[in-house]
Amino acid sequence: MAALLKIEIKCEKFFVMEEKIDLGLPGANWENRVVVAMSGGVDSSVAAALVAEAGYEVVGITLQLYDHGSAIQRKGACCAGADIHDARLVAEKIGIPHYVLDYESKFKESVMEEFADSYARGETPIPCIRCNQTVKFRDLLQTAKQLGAKALCTGHYVQRAIGRSTVELRKGIDQKKDQSYFLFATTSDQLEYLRFPLGGLTKDETRQHANRIGLNVADKPDSQDICFVPNGKYADIVSRLRPDAIEPGEIVDMDGSVIGKHDGVVNFTVGQRKGLGIGGRSSLAEPGATDPLYVVDVNPAERRVVVGPRSALGRNLLKVSEINWLGDKPISGSGEKLMIKLRSTQQPISGTLFSEGGDNGKIVLDELEFGVAIGQAAVFYSQEDATRVLGGGWMTETSSY
Amino acid sequence: MKFLEKNKRVVYVDYNATAPLRPEAKSAIIEVLGNPGNPSSVHSMGRQAKNVIERSRSQISEFIGAGQENVVFTSGGTEADILALKGSNCSSILISSIEHDAVLGAVPEANRIKVSENGLLDIEHLKSLLKEALKPTLISVMWANNETGVIQPIEAVRNLASEFDALVHVDAVQALGKLPINFLNSGIDMLSISAHKIGGPTGIGALIIREDLSLEPIMVGGGQERGKRSGTENLAGIAGFGAAAEACSRQEDADKKIVHLRNHFEKAIITKVPSAKIIAQKEKRLDNTSAIFMPGLNAETQVMAFDLEGIAVSAGAACSSGKVKQSHVLKAMNLPDELINNTIRISFGWQNSEEDVNRLIEVWLKIYQDSN
Repeated sequence: MAALLKIEIKCEKFFVMEEKIDLGLPGANWENRVVVAMSGGVDSSVAAALVAEAGYEVVGITLQLYDHGSAIQRKGACCAGADIHDARLVAEKIGIPHYVLDYESKFKESVMEEFADSYARGETPIPCIRCNQTVKFRDLLQTAKQLGAKALCTGHYVQRAIGRSTVELRKGIDQKKDQSYFLFATTSDQLEYLRFPLGGLTKDETRQHANRIGLNVADKPDSQDICFVPNGKYADIVSRLRPDAIEPGEIVDMDGSVIGKHDGVVNFTVGQRKGLGIGGRSSLAEPGATDPLYVVDVNPAERRVVVGPRSALGRNLLKVSEINWLGDKPISGSGEKLMIKLRSTQQPISGTLFSEGGDNGKIVLDELEFGVAIGQAAVFYSQEDATRVLGGGWMTETSSY
Repeated sequence: MKFLEKNKRVVYVDYNATAPLRPEAKSAIIEVLGNPGNPSSVHSMGRQAKNVIERSRSQISEFIGAGQENVVFTSGGTEADILALKGSNCSSILISSIEHDAVLGAVPEANRIKVSENGLLDIEHLKSLLKEALKPTLISVMWANNETGVIQPIEAVRNLASEFDALVHVDAVQALGKLPINFLNSGIDMLSISAHKIGGPTGIGALIIREDLSLEPIMVGGGQERGKRSGTENLAGIAGFGAAAEACSRQEDADKKIVHLRNHFEKAIITKVPSAKIIAQKEKRLDNTSAIFMPGLNAETQVMAFDLEGIAVSAGAACSSGKVKQSHVLKAMNLPDELINNTIRISFGWQNSEEDVNRLIEVWLKIYQDSN
């Protein structure tokens, strides 16, 4: 009797569930092999579980991107971190084959080296976008195809939609978790093959699924840091790869007068206010008070950090390179009116994109924007449809007119 | 799950990683597990346990042409290698560049002896290293390579060693059960073997040591194994090892079958895909091993693709995390990158059948065609 009761409860739970994930692949679900990129976090774990529940032949793959033991600088630590172990346990739980691929050299080449170079140039890079662009959607995608998979799924909070003329990239339903900023570089060809099972879920719903399925990672906190810098001290990584970037230098004001010293340009990013080690300047507007100082420029060649008032940060002209355009038609010659995000956490602002030939372009912002850092991404959204991502590019120069 | 029906026959061709437990070993283990008794105890149960160990020691020494006094049980091949390399206290150690990680890890500072592009030890290079080596000198060379199966010129190594008055350690973990071994006739000073490669259990191996060789123990304590390896003996493991060794010594027919299966596989693939390549095909190799290059698909992906079809093979040496490292063996052979990256190891064993090999050939060709 007790056993019967148990089964009934289980069945009920089963039917309460919302409809199953549909990846929109031809043929019966079980005929389609799909690869799910599993990081060991709750999102990609639930993505894998939901796709498996829908009856697809799921293959879980976790990428070993860097030597965990050496990243935490502990002798004798395993090369694989706890995340790989978690991914393996999840795969075991949901009954799918799981593999770990050694992408250390690919990751070092495509992501870490560039991360260090960019910092050494005084920029503020976003390695997560480079990682999606290269090791995930180029290298892993190729492996998935070689394995005969019909699609590659990830646990990103973005949506993919079939538009009139092209496959569209859209924001995730959950405004707080939307990851479209980090996926702007996904090309149309890649989008054809990719699927994002969590795009229509909120983070809360994802955690509920994780609990319902009984995944060990259900309560695992979201990752905050850059994955290969577990303690958040990216200066350590940069100093290891590019020792020049940590040489001490001078902090100067807008007139070039030296007002302090710093221990390496790597510790500064444009727009930064805290951690300068110097106070504000006497306010002109309000005698007796001080205006806070911001980093307005980082000059690695002279090992100088330039500081100034907030007003010196205003920018409305941005040069962008490596543009990935996801619009239905090519970028208009008279300029595309767009909504633009210059930081992942920012509310989109309005501006116009002009093509400058090849994958280069120029953005004219409608209003001045403060604290725009070179090396970050400018991500484009549609003015008519705020959820639609139209691509983006990397900022190489900023100015004001 | 409906897609599981797509997987037909499960085929295990990864015997060089580990071999399935032989029924004889399994029953020996189960029998021992039912009895209490520490082999060092004075009472009758202790004596029975001691008898189990000595019976196994005699089965193993018979199998490899050694005296019972030569056999020191260890926790496996890795520990046997470490005991030999560290316990012999030599001032200079020369190892081949294709040794197993157990050897490479034990003496990372050791001088590496080169190998040819066919994976064969470069005897001339060994000679030049010996001329410069400090004394006492230890040479450590594996009998047969785990990835390519290439059989190393152990006799020539031994002869050079006598000339230069050096000790010789041979890692025979892959050779055991696949090549005839006679320890006493070989003139080798130390020999590492492991149970699970011949159908015994994991966690048990032995170092075979020339009787008059002085060796400092790594594991110290109660003085078991004549002081060379302390710690209460792994009774069940030892029983299983002995039973597997005895079963292995009666399997000549199986050996003939295995080489036939391997050759059939290699011929079938090369005939259909002439751009495929068998590494070191012309060298003397273990009868069961085939390192095979597939054009256009890296080894890592091949291993996954085979597994998804229910076929167990391996690539390079797998780390405990499961990630596949680039093969240091193929690298030491100075092969082009494409060959290093796209070669997997297939290793047959006594349970394989003609149908297994036909399925393997079918899947190999399917994976090749799908990816090219």
